[in-house]
Amino acid sequence: MQLFYDLFSNVLNFTWQEVLMILTGGLLIYLAVKREMEPALLLPMGFGAILVNLPFAGTEAVEALFNAGIASELFPLLLFIGIGAMIDFGPLLSNPKMFLFGAAAQFGIFFTLAAAAAAGFSLTDAASAAIIAAADGPTSIYVANYFHSQYQGAIMVAAYSYMALVPIIQPPIIRAVTTREERRIRMDYNPAGVSKATRILFPILVTIIAGAVAPKSAELIGFLMFGNLIRECGVLDSLSQSAQHELANLITLLLGISVAFKMQAELFLTWQTLLILALGLLGFVFDTVGGVLFAKVLNLFSKKKVNPMIGAAGISAFPMASRVVHKMGLEEDSYNFLLMHAAGANVSGQIASVIAGGLLISLVEGLL
Amino acid sequence: MNMPLVLACLGIMGKGMLGIFVVILVIWALVALLGRVTR
Repeated sequence: MQLFYDLFSNVLNFTWQEVLMILTGGLLIYLAVKREMEPALLLPMGFGAILVNLPFAGTEAVEALFNAGIASELFPLLLFIGIGAMIDFGPLLSNPKMFLFGAAAQFGIFFTLAAAAAAGFSLTDAASAAIIAAADGPTSIYVANYFHSQYQGAIMVAAYSYMALVPIIQPPIIRAVTTREERRIRMDYNPAGVSKATRILFPILVTIIAGAVAPKSAELIGFLMFGNLIRECGVLDSLSQSAQHELANLITLLLGISVAFKMQAELFLTWQTLLILALGLLGFVFDTVGGVLFAKVLNLFSKKKVNPMIGAAGISAFPMASRVVHKMGLEEDSYNFLLMHAAGANVSGQIASVIAGGLLISLVEGLL
Repeated sequence: MNMPLVLACLGIMGKGMLGIFVVILVIWALVALLGRVTR
């Protein structure tokens, strides 16, 4: 009996908070496996949440991974090399008007900043919550970690969950702010040819311009564009493939489980976590509204009308947002093909969200 | 509610959106220029 007690006495040390977090971890794994919601991240996060909430369990390795990869900001930067290598900026470069929609759809970030401040968060925590609306995991981690936010676990869960939920979140909002006639607007696609020199010089130029205007975004945008340069230069195919697959997979694997270090019950189970989840959703809503309304305003002044749904594709969640817009266009008119326009706006959102992150850091720091 | 903080955040909103559009417009102009030069 004593032996049995010695073996299992730790089971009695479970607190209800730890049990709740283990159930939360289970829910993340369920969403990853059954619903295929960002499985590459939600599954490691879910498992990590279980691991770090076992009573008296040693979490030194997870903590070491967190310090080495996230506190140092290395993981999000390295992941950006892989993402940069995956992105084809061709649809944007051949139709550069789409740049504007990427900028407009960052409105949710700044709206959420004000909303979070109104909800009682400090300026740095408000900025950390607001960056969920970048719809861009690495940027969210980078900014939240930059401000040493204690809510990094909640921010990561919100950022990746909402990105996976873009096909559910965006359509009702788009319908609410557009008319059927607007959703049926067709757009001709006559892409201009893009030279190889343009493709190669583009990542270099973006790094210089964004880095000069928002120096805090220089590393983020630089690593993203470095990955893209490897892809486009034409002489590093092997490295490009490694960045897109091995590097991105390895970092993703470690990123999820490292972030789980911030999902310990005492850090995660607070009313602020619920508030951050709500603010993140608000950010996605206002990103979408900002993009669509900007397109509608643009239509007031242009002869060639833009389908306002394209504005909603300006958020960074790639390629989900462009697929959503394309699908909604086809639902209204089976000959309305918006995919390439939406893809252009979507990859513009990738660049704009990183710039927005850098600007947010600079502007908030200016007030501290 | 901390009104001075909320007002400061609204200021950041204005500057932030303006900043993004300025950067994006500069990139757009350079891409257009690149397109012409390298055509």
